[in-house]
Amino acid sequence: MKEKLNIIVTGVGGQGVITAATLLGKTAVASNVNVLVSEVHGMAQRGGVVDCTVRMGNVHSPLLTRGSADVILSSEPVEALRQLDKVNDETVVITDVNPVIPSTVAVTGEKYPKIEEVFKELKKHCKLVTLDAHALAEQAGSVLTKNVVLLGALSALDILPFPKDLLLDTIIKSFPEKYASVNKKAFELGREAVLSQREV
Amino acid sequence: MEIVEAKTGKKILLLGNEAITRGALEAGVDFATTYPGTPSSEIADTFSAVAKYLKKEGKDVPFYFEYSTNEKVALEVAAAASFSGLRALTCMKHVGLNVASDAFMTYMYVGCKGGHVIVTADDPSCHSSQNEQDNRYYALFGSAPMLEPSTPQEAKDMTVKAFDLSEKLKLPFLLRTTTRVSHVRGPVKIKDSRKPKGKGFFEKDPMLVTIPEVARKRHPVLIKKMEDALKLSENSEFNIVIGKSDSEIGVVASGVSVLHALEALDILGLEADVLKLGFTNPLPKEMCKNFLRKHKTVVVVEELEPIIENQLKEIAFDAGINDVKIYGKTSGHFSRLYEYNPDIVVEQFAKIFNLKNPLPDTKENPLSLPSRPPVMCPGCPHRASYYAMKKVVPKDVVYPTDIGCYTLGKAPPLEVADVLLCMGSNAGIANGLSKATDQKIISFMGDSTFFHAALPAIVDAVHHNHDCVITVLDNRTTAMTGHQPHPGTSFDGMGNPAKALLVEDVVRGLGVEHVEVVDPKNLKETSEAFKRALEFKGPSVVVSKSPCILLELRDKKERGEPLDIYQIDQDACKRCNICISRFGCPAFYFAEDKSVHINEELCNGCGVCVQVCPFNAIKKVKEVTL
Repeated sequence: MKEKLNIIVTGVGGQGVITAATLLGKTAVASNVNVLVSEVHGMAQRGGVVDCTVRMGNVHSPLLTRGSADVILSSEPVEALRQLDKVNDETVVITDVNPVIPSTVAVTGEKYPKIEEVFKELKKHCKLVTLDAHALAEQAGSVLTKNVVLLGALSALDILPFPKDLLLDTIIKSFPEKYASVNKKAFELGREAVLSQREV
Repeated sequence: MEIVEAKTGKKILLLGNEAITRGALEAGVDFATTYPGTPSSEIADTFSAVAKYLKKEGKDVPFYFEYSTNEKVALEVAAAASFSGLRALTCMKHVGLNVASDAFMTYMYVGCKGGHVIVTADDPSCHSSQNEQDNRYYALFGSAPMLEPSTPQEAKDMTVKAFDLSEKLKLPFLLRTTTRVSHVRGPVKIKDSRKPKGKGFFEKDPMLVTIPEVARKRHPVLIKKMEDALKLSENSEFNIVIGKSDSEIGVVASGVSVLHALEALDILGLEADVLKLGFTNPLPKEMCKNFLRKHKTVVVVEELEPIIENQLKEIAFDAGINDVKIYGKTSGHFSRLYEYNPDIVVEQFAKIFNLKNPLPDTKENPLSLPSRPPVMCPGCPHRASYYAMKKVVPKDVVYPTDIGCYTLGKAPPLEVADVLLCMGSNAGIANGLSKATDQKIISFMGDSTFFHAALPAIVDAVHHNHDCVITVLDNRTTAMTGHQPHPGTSFDGMGNPAKALLVEDVVRGLGVEHVEVVDPKNLKETSEAFKRALEFKGPSVVVSKSPCILLELRDKKERGEPLDIYQIDQDACKRCNICISRFGCPAFYFAEDKSVHINEELCNGCGVCVQVCPFNAIKKVKEVTL
């Protein structure tokens, strides 16, 4: 593992962003890796931007500096681009392709950019991996497992300081037993989606 | 439940706030009280969850916990436990301490018996608050000893220690966190728990009755206790120097700023000694003096007010230390505004020490990204109340509002929030506006806020016959902070049945003559109720009662009831767009061709939009299982 690992998990309130970040934190603690997870609560409950930082290894501050993210894991394309200031040329951005249009677009006339434009900008600045996490979650058995699909995708990058099975194990143990197979499938589908792209 | 069941010696991932609760359990806390408020809420919510879990497992709950009516009541209830020899914890957000401050200030004179830890969770940057006041001033103001953790592990360790020290000094301790301490998760090592006492005994003592004669005797006692606290601070394991670099550069910091400073030093490759302060009131004067003597340049990194910085200057002045340059806020480097991050600290260190800032320039986003402000949920009953009210009242009505989800009514298209100060202020402001102007006034607050702080203002309205409409948006919970119970709910924070007070009974009891109780999901009835209330001369109260949609969904799921999903009949739709331009439910959206649709994944099935549409174009299309 690198001396430090900086991950930003981002998306929209209700997409399981904080849960995904917490699961990474739990797995780090289980494998005796130092970790700090910072999150937002309160007014952003529903529909607002939620961004969490997960820092592992030899780190002090829970927050990360400009251009220092190793990975951005995003459950919404525009939210991935909103983190542009945190990326560098080596940063891998993994994002779901499905936009969540904020209600401000209908009410105030703000514009949601074209998805191709969003991806084009991201590609200029970092390494972009896209997947239809929503469809994969549905395929696994529940759209609520979208965050688990993304964690599976993250595990395919081979940069986490713990084996992917430990992450999967933490995920499965953190929810009631009846969701175990759905979560496992979601995780594997996310992982596969990235591995298959890498082979190409 | 890991926070209760984890074995001694095990490391688990805890939120800063959860670590405080775990610390209190390890210290054998008997009593915990609160009024919820971000960023403090999870401390109390964890007590609530632990109590319910233990009950479910058929085990004894070793503490008493309550969501009190407000922070002042919470502090008084817990102080009584301490007077009876029990260990107590009271937690609140920073502005909550304003509410509790009347009790707090004199409590310091009287002192405590059982250890009492008062947690104040500050919110630099106002992530979820109406101001970013620095509550370290309360420690100075009230002469309260104070600890400030940087990490979840420290949050737990300091909580445990604060109980011991509080008991030793017979003085309540402040434990001050900020959002980036309360809402950071990190590894925390579990230790054994001390057994709580359970029941205490109140021994009568004339020194507890703060008549002037007693108060005059207690003030010098408090000053003496703070002198003893100074000795504890000088020897505290929480005040340490990190690094033995013999550098001429020193950094002084507390709380999360310590972590940002250490990160910044790493990034810049700068050798410096860091005086990490955890016991910050009283400051360890001798330790600070030595640190100032040893270093030519000292940089103070602290969010918000220059509290440590000013005290360091005083210490340097009194000790005649002239050859140290102290940088911080007064030197113009660090701001009194907002929370810090490593970027800010790197930039200022680079300026002070003439180094090149190694961080890349800010990347401007080339595309303009749509904002994503928090909004009232699809199906939120507040939206229905606001919409029904606005339909029938004149355009120039003034809307005082309050602290809670309904504040989100400020956004277009509803725009029903004109003035807000603090918890309960809607009613007091409504009273004043009704006399100061000839304008029509309709104010809004939630049910939890009503019990928390609005009763005296309603009494004022009745007594002076203020001509205003005061609305209680009664959604049967404290929604914004995470659905905590309040005096209007039929259960308490430990999951026990509780007497539920009805808002309408209370206001009738206070003498309000015109009281309307409506279900906001019936728009017509609600509109008429507001019309009648506005016509009434004198104070009137509208109680608009419908449960929070998130609770409703949870209950439906438990009962196995399906959710109705609505859609727009495109043949019937005349594209008047009222559903978006006036009602503004976030489930509605425009397609590329400007036709209006409902996002079925967002729709929570309240069905109110059916009444909004003048062309009957919105219809139930299916039922889905939750």
